[in-house]
Amino acid sequence: MNPAGLVISTGETVLFWVIAPLMVLAALGLLFVKRAVHAAMCLVFVMVSMAVLYIAQEAPFLGVVQVVVYTGAVMMLFLFVLMLVGVDASDSLTETIRGQRWIGLLIGLGLAVVLGSVVARAAFPPAVGLNGGDPGGVANPQALARVLFGDYVVAMEAVGVLLVTAAVGALVLTHRRRLTPKQNQRSVADARIKALPDGVVLTPLPSPGVYARSNAMDTPALGPDGEQVPQSVSRVLRIRGQERPAPHVPADELVHTPESERDA
Amino acid sequence: MDITNYVVLAAALFAIGATTVLLRRNAIVVFMGVELMLNATNLAFVTFARLHGDLTGQVLAFFVMVVAAAEVVVGLAIIVTIFRTRRSASVDDVNLLKG
Repeated sequence: MNPAGLVISTGETVLFWVIAPLMVLAALGLLFVKRAVHAAMCLVFVMVSMAVLYIAQEAPFLGVVQVVVYTGAVMMLFLFVLMLVGVDASDSLTETIRGQRWIGLLIGLGLAVVLGSVVARAAFPPAVGLNGGDPGGVANPQALARVLFGDYVVAMEAVGVLLVTAAVGALVLTHRRRLTPKQNQRSVADARIKALPDGVVLTPLPSPGVYARSNAMDTPALGPDGEQVPQSVSRVLRIRGQERPAPHVPADELVHTPESERDA
Repeated sequence: MDITNYVVLAAALFAIGATTVLLRRNAIVVFMGVELMLNATNLAFVTFARLHGDLTGQVLAFFVMVVAAAEVVVGLAIIVTIFRTRRSASVDDVNLLKG
């Protein structure tokens, strides 16, 4: 152990004074931002900065775990749920409890004052440090593993059980019982055959007269009897009235086709 | 710089997280406030581990992270279930438990 105590380098000081105000700003964004997605982004920033601070504080393993678990898994889960619930599900502005906003603000400020005064009044011992830069010292992940799987191995097992329980619990909570029979290919086909007397066509619709009469999708195909087949043109074009009547096509094509390319 | 600056930062983040829980109505944002508070305590743990030269603080922070991950999974599943039945993610609308 370093007998002179912990000396905080200038680099770490600069890092702290750059990151800490940004972290507090992003955390305040959580409080003031309207959309839940923006709040999630603010929280992601806070968590990544926290990982940087961990690494600066001789806890590289926790820094990596912070990035992987918090920003990688937890916040992505938050974003997935936001997409499920609806991104624009904003806060309701009606107050169910009167004056809740001011009471909440007061309690929050009170908590900040209490915590600040406790930190200010507490007498901290001189910092020791974890022997991070010492080449003879044990590197952080190994030493951490020794404590984790030595002194706390029972807690580690319990946490494993907890994780499995949580996963099963989430599955049970979000499971939805099927109320209608499952649709498969056979049932879809049966339903279409049953609807045949109501004028449903079983076969695919005829394709438009592309290449047969013109080079555009808006031309109806001609049936074997020489009549136009209206279903061959896209329904959207028919509703918009943008379908070209077939008898006009040859004249149009003649105008736009050069002499040399015309068929005999 | 003194190492207690980290503790002050952790206290500030914890207070902001608590205020978020108290003020916001969207259940998901309230949940994010809880996460912020957990992160703030983790920062305090790591700082005290360094202050005392004892790795136990880091181990505890690790356990907090794991438990927080499990808690997020179950909490978000509850929010999704409530949203499915109520079509709302506002904490004010959840008074089903009222007799």
